[in-house]
Amino acid sequence: MNRAAALVGRRALFPVVLLLFGFGSALAQSQYTNVEIVVKDKKFVPAELKVPANARIVIQVKNQDAVAMEFESKSLKVEKVVAPNGEGLVRVGPLKPGKYEFFDDFNLSNRGTLIVE
Amino acid sequence: MLAALIIVFREVFEAGLIVGIILAVTRSVPQRGLWITGGVAGGVLGACIVAAFAGVLSEAFAGSGQELFNATVLLIAVVMLTWHNVWMARHGRELAAEMRAAGEAVVSGRSSLAALAIVVGVATLREGSEVVLFLYGILASGGNSEASVFLGGVLGLLSGALVCALAYFGLLRIPGRHLFSVTSAMIAFLAAGMAAQAVLFLAQADILTAFGSVVWDTSWLLSDDSVLGRTLHTLIGYSDRPTAMQLIVYLATLAVMFGLMRVFAPEPKAVPAH
Repeated sequence: MNRAAALVGRRALFPVVLLLFGFGSALAQSQYTNVEIVVKDKKFVPAELKVPANARIVIQVKNQDAVAMEFESKSLKVEKVVAPNGEGLVRVGPLKPGKYEFFDDFNLSNRGTLIVE
Repeated sequence: MLAALIIVFREVFEAGLIVGIILAVTRSVPQRGLWITGGVAGGVLGACIVAAFAGVLSEAFAGSGQELFNATVLLIAVVMLTWHNVWMARHGRELAAEMRAAGEAVVSGRSSLAALAIVVGVATLREGSEVVLFLYGILASGGNSEASVFLGGVLGLLSGALVCALAYFGLLRIPGRHLFSVTSAMIAFLAAGMAAQAVLFLAQADILTAFGSVVWDTSWLLSDDSVLGRTLHTLIGYSDRPTAMQLIVYLATLAVMFGLMRVFAPEPKAVPAH
C-alpha cells in the first residue's frame, strides 16, 4: 500500500473511532447518577440539586423556554448551550463534597447550586 | 442592554484576538485580506448553520454532539496553527528573501495562508454560533425592551472588532525583525491553549476523563472571568482551575510544535539559493 492510500485510510478511520466513542459513552451512562433540571421562565427548577460525592454525574438540562440558554459553571468546568425547547446532557465529576455554583450564561441573573455530599 | 453587551463581548473577544493576531502574522502576504475576510465570512455563515441546528447537534452522539463538535473545531485550529508554524520555520527565510522579487513565494505563501484562514473561520464559527443563538432568542421573543438588548448585542460585536484592531495594531508596533519570532511563539501558545480547551470538551463528552482532577485553583488571584484572565486564556491558555490532563496536553502541544519547527527548520547552509 502506498503512503497516500494509507493516509486516506487513516482519515476514514477517524469518524468511525468517534462513533465508537459515542456508543461507548451511551453504554457507560447506566453507571451514572442522573439528575434533571428544568429551565422555565428563565429560572432553574429546582435551583438546588443534591448529588453524591465521588460519582460521575449526568445533569439533564431541559430548556422549556423559547430562547436558547447556556448551562455554565466555572467550578464544574462546563459550558453547554441548550437550544430553545431542547435538552442537553452535562457530565461532571467525580466531585468532592461542597457547593458548586452554576448559571445561565445567556441570562446571568439565573443561577443555581449543585450540592455535593 | 449592558448585560447583552457583556455577554456578546465575552463570546467575540476570543475570536477578535485571534483574527487580530493572524492579520499581524500575515501582514506582508499579498491577498491576505481576501483570505481572512473569507475565513470570517465562512465562520459567520457556519455559525448561523450551527445555531439553526443546535438542537440536532446537541442530541447527536449520545448527547455529546456539541462537545465533540467544539473539540473537533478546536483541534482543527491546533493542527492548522502547527502547520503554519512548521511551514514558516521551513520557508520563512526564503520567503523573506523572495518576497520582493518573485511570484513563486506568493504562490507557496498561500498554502500557509489557507491554513490561517481556516483558523479564523473556526474561531469565528465556534464563538459566533453562541452569539447567533443569543441574539436570535432576543429577536424572536420580540417586544420593546428587546430592542435595547439587541443594540447591546451589536455594541458587543463592535467591541469585539475593536479588540481585533487593538491586537493587530499593537503587534504591528513590534519591529519587523522581531515580529516573526514573536508571532511564532504566540501561535504556539495559542494552539496549546486551544488543545487544553479541547480536553475539557472531550471530558464533558466522556471521551477523555482520565486525569480529570483540578490541579490548582488560582481563581482568587486571577479569575478566568476577569478581562486579564480572559486575555491570558486566549493568548496562552491560562485557566484558573486546570485539570491534570489539560496540563499534560498543553505541554505536549508545545513540545510537538517546537519540536516539529526545529526538525523542519533548514540548516543555514542548506537553504537553496534561487
